[in-house]
Amino acid sequence: MSAANGMLLQVRGLHAAYGATRVLHGIDFGMASGSVTALLGANGAGKTTTLRALCGMVKTVGEVSFEGRRIETRATEDVVRQGIAHVPDGRGTFAHLTTEENLRLGAYTRKDKARVHEDIERMYGYFPRLRERRRQQAGTLSGGEQQMLAVSRALMLRPKLLLLDEPSFGLAPLVVQELFAILRAINRAEQVTMLVVEQNAALALEVADHAYVLETGRVVLSGTAQEIKSDDAVRRSYLGY
Amino acid sequence: MSQAVLHQIFAGLATGGIYASLALALVMIYQATHLVNFAQGEMAMFCTYIAWSLLQTGMGYWPAFLLTVGFGFVLGVVIERVVIRPVERSSVLSVVVVFIGLLAILNSVAGWIYTYTIKPFPSPFPEALANPLMSPHELGSILVTLVVLVLLYAFFRFTPLGLAMRAAAQNPESSRLVGIRVGWMLALGWGLASAIGAVAGMMIAPVVYLDPNMMGGILLYAFAAALLGGIDNPGGAVLGGFIMGVLENLLGAFVIGNDLKLALALVLIVGVLVVRPSGLFGSVQVSRV
Repeated sequence: MSAANGMLLQVRGLHAAYGATRVLHGIDFGMASGSVTALLGANGAGKTTTLRALCGMVKTVGEVSFEGRRIETRATEDVVRQGIAHVPDGRGTFAHLTTEENLRLGAYTRKDKARVHEDIERMYGYFPRLRERRRQQAGTLSGGEQQMLAVSRALMLRPKLLLLDEPSFGLAPLVVQELFAILRAINRAEQVTMLVVEQNAALALEVADHAYVLETGRVVLSGTAQEIKSDDAVRRSYLGY
Repeated sequence: MSQAVLHQIFAGLATGGIYASLALALVMIYQATHLVNFAQGEMAMFCTYIAWSLLQTGMGYWPAFLLTVGFGFVLGVVIERVVIRPVERSSVLSVVVVFIGLLAILNSVAGWIYTYTIKPFPSPFPEALANPLMSPHELGSILVTLVVLVLLYAFFRFTPLGLAMRAAAQNPESSRLVGIRVGWMLALGWGLASAIGAVAGMMIAPVVYLDPNMMGGILLYAFAAALLGGIDNPGGAVLGGFIMGVLENLLGAFVIGNDLKLALALVLIVGVLVVRPSGLFGSVQVSRV
């Protein structure tokens, strides 16, 4: 059930603050179902906070509609139940649990328990390294493997919307390429809508359809990835490459 | 080994099992809150009085046992929701004060309802279990402890709820992100810990008799056991409990005498904290700065 305008997610006038520190000053954006959207901007622009605000992890004012339903007042665990998975800043893996337990937790809210095992196998198909590490404590995995696990764990929800916070952070360039190729494939094959926060703008614009550029808590620019990529002035002043 | 030594070892395993259960209850709360629940023993004592009341009505032992375990579970959940939750985010000191307050309240309420007169508490185990090494109650309580431990292990290891509880204790924020209701998992943890305590109380009461102060020493041993095994390691705490029980009995019987047994727990607590604060099997916390 999509909203009238065909948008999966619609954000209007979103403000967010940590205590007295205001981070978002009324941002608006929307995401079409099945699209990949990049959220770009410098450090401290409010990208991570935007993702956290969508999941009810920070105090907000404003409107967040998902599939036409307002979700801004819901608790994090209820937002997840709407089909929104979040790969947070710092990966959020359960370091003392095994790889496979992490994956099982990703499907915690699903009712179709019988198909969970199938999906675990699917994740091992995307990331064969995880199969080798299935009985190993997640904390002992390499950074790249932990990022793959974090993404897989989020996909285990079978989300409609996947929020990715700096998936390239701390990864070797080759691993980053591999990860983004898989994300793109998952987006195409399973119609999972994705919102990607990245400091590596060039990389994000390769996979995204749309992009929004944040500066100190406001959306200063938006457009198709193609438009933003091809505008040299924009690239230099906002994206720094 | 002489019969006397063997007997002390087996008797030690019996009380050790009780320390192990209570140590496990302490570890469960510790893992979720990083605090030691000083009221754990009094909660167990209160449950044991409930069992006594049920038995007074003429109810059979095992139905009363199960009802008491259920009561213990509910008591734990209610205490977490009503008393602990409001102070969850306060300073360590306020929570410790709440724990001590709970200890005092449960102790006096039990004394007020049941008086401080020492009462005998029955053992459910038949004479048929008697053998040269152990009394029926010693053997029976070892068996009950083992059943509790196996059930708990299976619960945490193999059920989705057990997995969710482990996740919630380790990483609350990520747990919310996979949809786990963390608050309820903590309450469930308190319920389970309290239910384990109820079993421990009913198993130790025939040995130490029932009175409102019966768990004081027991909790100290359990605390020493948990520290010895590693306060963040359930398996270690259980092993620590058995070691504690055997050590206490052997040293008490042959070396230091019964009067100094409780001091042994204190010596062990101080010793572990000085020599190896993380215990035998605990993890050493290293944090990058």
